[in-house]
Amino acid sequence: MSIFDRTAVSRRGFLIGASLTGAGLVIGFRPQPAAAQAGAQPFAPNAFIRIPPEGKITFVMPAVEMGQGIYTAVAMMLAEELEVGLDQVVLEHAPTDPKQYANPLLGDQITGGSLSVRGVYEQMRKAGAAGRIMLVAAAARDWGVSPDACKAEAGQVVETGGSRKAAYGNLIAAAASEAVPQDVPLKPASSYRVIGKPARRLDSPEKVNGTAKFGIDARPDGVSYAAIAICPHFNGKVRAVDEAPAMAVKGVKKVVRIEEAVAVVADNTGAARKGLAALSIDWDPGPSGSLAQAELERLMDQAIDGKALPHVNEGDVTKAEAEHGPVHEFVYRMPILTHSAMEPMNCTVHVRADGCDVWVGTQIMSRARQAAADVTGLPLEKVVVHNHLLGGGFGRRLDVDGITLATKIAKQVDGPVKVTWSREEDIRHDCYRYLNYSRVTATLGADGLPVSWRHRVIGPSVMARWLPAFTKDGVDLDQMAGAETPYQIPNRQTDFARHEAPDGMLTGNWRGVGATRNIPPVECGIDELAGIAGVDPLEYRRRLLAHKPRLLAALNLAAEKAGWSTALPKGKGRGIALAEDFGSFAAMIAEVTVGEDGKFKTDRIVCAVDCGQVINPDTVEAQIQSGVVYGLSAALYGRITVENGAVVEGNFDDAPVVRIHETPPIEVHIVPSTEPPGGIGEVGTPGVAPSLVNAIAAATGKRLRTWPIDQSDLRRV
Amino acid sequence: MPYNLTVNGKSYAVDVDGDIPLLWVLRDTIGLTGTKFGCGIAMCGACTVHVDGLPVRSCILPVSEAAEKPVTTIEAIGETPEGKKIQAAWLDIDVVQCGYCQSGQIMSATALLATNSSPTDADIDAVMAGNICRCGTYPRIRAAIKQAARG
Repeated sequence: MSIFDRTAVSRRGFLIGASLTGAGLVIGFRPQPAAAQAGAQPFAPNAFIRIPPEGKITFVMPAVEMGQGIYTAVAMMLAEELEVGLDQVVLEHAPTDPKQYANPLLGDQITGGSLSVRGVYEQMRKAGAAGRIMLVAAAARDWGVSPDACKAEAGQVVETGGSRKAAYGNLIAAAASEAVPQDVPLKPASSYRVIGKPARRLDSPEKVNGTAKFGIDARPDGVSYAAIAICPHFNGKVRAVDEAPAMAVKGVKKVVRIEEAVAVVADNTGAARKGLAALSIDWDPGPSGSLAQAELERLMDQAIDGKALPHVNEGDVTKAEAEHGPVHEFVYRMPILTHSAMEPMNCTVHVRADGCDVWVGTQIMSRARQAAADVTGLPLEKVVVHNHLLGGGFGRRLDVDGITLATKIAKQVDGPVKVTWSREEDIRHDCYRYLNYSRVTATLGADGLPVSWRHRVIGPSVMARWLPAFTKDGVDLDQMAGAETPYQIPNRQTDFARHEAPDGMLTGNWRGVGATRNIPPVECGIDELAGIAGVDPLEYRRRLLAHKPRLLAALNLAAEKAGWSTALPKGKGRGIALAEDFGSFAAMIAEVTVGEDGKFKTDRIVCAVDCGQVINPDTVEAQIQSGVVYGLSAALYGRITVENGAVVEGNFDDAPVVRIHETPPIEVHIVPSTEPPGGIGEVGTPGVAPSLVNAIAAATGKRLRTWPIDQSDLRRV
Repeated sequence: MPYNLTVNGKSYAVDVDGDIPLLWVLRDTIGLTGTKFGCGIAMCGACTVHVDGLPVRSCILPVSEAAEKPVTTIEAIGETPEGKKIQAAWLDIDVVQCGYCQSGQIMSATALLATNSSPTDADIDAVMAGNICRCGTYPRIRAAIKQAARG
């Protein structure tokens, strides 16, 4: 079960937002000052569409764009039913308004969990269809014919078999007085003209010519620029700082001190950074000041045998172990990871006595507004969040710590101030994916297939802090996602040994969430069992997946495209990993070469994915490649360490990520499907770490159980 | 002392310390925000601009060293023949995702094409390895450079 799985969400009763069917389908005009002056109101059949008398139609985007292509996908859904071309629309970020723009599956204005397309697929098509029905009705009434004698195409209503035509812009006044349709029939997928066809991204031109505006590009009138040093030690504070060296730097206006940080405000960020570098800040490291990596790892190891809360319990694992033995046990260890989005954390805030404006790129609009309200003490309606494009999210911008910090600083600054974190601050004050360990215990039957599977999940509970409704009896449901495996194993038990990061070290959501956490131990574990049984790992999985036709079909397609049945020369190997989550089914096969020197190279990665009804196949390919490269960085390099109660690494030199020359060819094959759409932004990530490890095992006989992959010596055993 | 900058053919007199990196002068003082900040130590390439026709990491280039030299940023790179080709290929292949690193990628790719009209995979690796993309658009960057080179 996935985080935010639709059924789970409904069952847990926090589906508090708009329903799928009726959301926002009310006549409502959002006053547009310019248009109002001109005397012509745009027609807004709902919160997502505004049709002006002339020019392009505006689509308002309920989810935020961080690279995943959702702006284009949402526009495609609206355009499909409104009957307009993608060249006839412009896009607008939604304001903070959870009543109108909440993701129907989440009940809040959140972009995450690969839930945007899944959440709005029906809602957007119905919004488009409602607008079209009203425009057609208005034209039909004007012409004195039945709406059935009219059709809509390319932004106009056309009389079928007649000669009359009317552009949408000429119908807006009449359409506004038509009744909002209550029953909105939708096209069958077989009639789609936009959905499912490759479309160019609508945000490409501005991202190619430099005019795209990210949060970091906000420049409100009178803005000043701040650089920030946050206490490097978890929960540490500023003890003392002499402001003079910073104030001596040309362009520096002010040194702002808050409990946990010092900021230098200047007339450009360069001067602010120079001023900050000139300061000698005396930090009080607090109680965590002596914490070291070895201790954190020792505590995790200790937690493996500690207390755990039960989750899945099927069959009788204890009995199966007694009957079938021997028991095979593997412990997998995953490191601390950062998000390292290319756009470092930043936030621009203007605090006034009567209100507050925030310019930022955030995945979580309502909490962004709440954060600024909490710091300023202003009522929510006095805080305006101006959302922007996000220079990467990956879960980092699901937290609002950066908005809280910037607002604290802005309270001490006249006029708006832009707080830009250095890369070092970004890496040393992330909401980390913390250490996660897994202990897998299994027994095999006479046929070599597993008869029992135990999986103890050791790590923190992000949901306890971030979304408590997604915990049950102390068990973090996201942390447990997929821990029981998708495989047909008669006796299965999973449990959760909660073990938190040290106080003050924030942990958060990381691309692929629970799936990225559990698929490595599951897919390596099953591969190890296949090896013990002496069965080909593809065949082994096939025998365990008869009950999962979609996952099996993805596996078979990947195997065919990867040429699984063709032998590889010595030193090469292929490894499989499957991922079933986010409503999608992915199979990944990595092919590696391990040289005589023990170094390895990823030759290619083949991925087959069934994500249900595809919205934009071009985006599916891009997102799988994206997920793979993100997973590759983590598998090869991802490891944050702690010394003196502080994160050691600070930039791309000591916390490297994959570059173009390390990126193998990544093939993406789509399994055609008419099932409801699944998510695609995350399902490419979880399989990378296990498929590489399984491929290395195939090439060398060496089984790695710790990430990142130790590349120092993989010589064959 | 003010420095005279020529950016995209326009002149600016900027009154900042000479050791302030060009990046911040472009973004904050002049207001050309297409050039991005990524790492501050020339490790990621997001801040790449052309000075005297050569690609430089503006996050570490002191503004004093860019004075009196022509500076070209993403906002005007489309006016060069190679920049125009690269941008057209970027649109055709639909390279971008979040887009944040793409200004720098395009500036690096344009500089590559200006000195090497038919780059091999190894040539692309050698130059483009300086530009990080966390969205993993690398396969499409490679394809777009090859397409731009073809014409």
